Amino acid sequence: MTAIAIIAMRNLLSVIMLGGIYSLVSASLFVALDAVDVAFTEAAVGAGISTVLFISALGITGRHQILNRKNHIIPIFVVIVTGAGLLYSTSDMPAFGNPNAPVHTHVAPRYIEQSGEEVGIPNIVTSVLASYRGFDTLGEVTVVFTALIAVLLLLSANRGHRQDDD
Amino acid sequence: MISNNPILRETSHLLIPAILLFALYVQFHGDYGPGGGFQAGVIFASAFILYALLHGVKKAEKVISLNVAKTFAAIGLILYAGVGVVGILLGGNYLDYNVLSHDPVHGQHWGILIIELGVGITVAAVMLSIFYAFAKFRK
Repeated sequence: MTAIAIIAMRNLLSVIMLGGIYSLVSASLFVALDAVDVAFTEAAVGAGISTVLFISALGITGRHQILNRKNHIIPIFVVIVTGAGLLYSTSDMPAFGNPNAPVHTHVAPRYIEQSGEEVGIPNIVTSVLASYRGFDTLGEVTVVFTALIAVLLLLSANRGHRQDDD
Repeated sequence: MISNNPILRETSHLLIPAILLFALYVQFHGDYGPGGGFQAGVIFASAFILYALLHGVKKAEKVISLNVAKTFAAIGLILYAGVGVVGILLGGNYLDYNVLSHDPVHGQHWGILIIELGVGITVAAVMLSIFYAFAKFRK
């Protein structure tokens, strides 16, 4: 429902607000699926910070969407084909909660059985994130850091141009 | 400035310390409950962003300026990567926490605590810096 409303909206501020609500709803969905860590992140990042960052970006650009009256057929075609492909591949996925699904038979049992002895931390999510998948998390932090560099470069590059113009 | 509104001002004064404390709780309790560096960093930054929204970026920058935040973003990443290097120096693999202490499990605890701290510092500093960069941008 929220996603449909976002598509119909033209006022970007309302779109951002609805995006925050959408994040909050997905966060409660994650809680219902027993993924509290993910829900926590979604609520803090999706509903919290990114809403504020979008609004501050809006402060620079302006709040109304400029309608694009060009041909919509090719984008719609791409979206429908991709969506159909995704739906088709979903039918091959194991049923929800199936104990024999690959995700439950690959490395997850080892994490659940051994992490108590090997890492000794009650929250297995943290021990997987920080210890077993330490390289992954290092990569993620590097991505966050790179994003900062990109934002600073983009915003200050613009400033440099303006000084050239003066 | 919105800080002229007494309700918003007083509510923020009540909330900001609680948010900061909660961020620290999420940071250091990530081993036992849901949470960790990413979430804590975001919550920590959001307290500063709330302050900046109410009192203006200038006053917020007196607490943590853009340059300080940028430096901390790098420090957090170096802290994380540094734990890996220390692991090599102590005779293990990169990011192998077992060698950090006399007892492998103890070493894991230390490693996770420190890298989560690095994650938290970087995420908080990056979020704050991006917010500053947008807020200070003038066309």
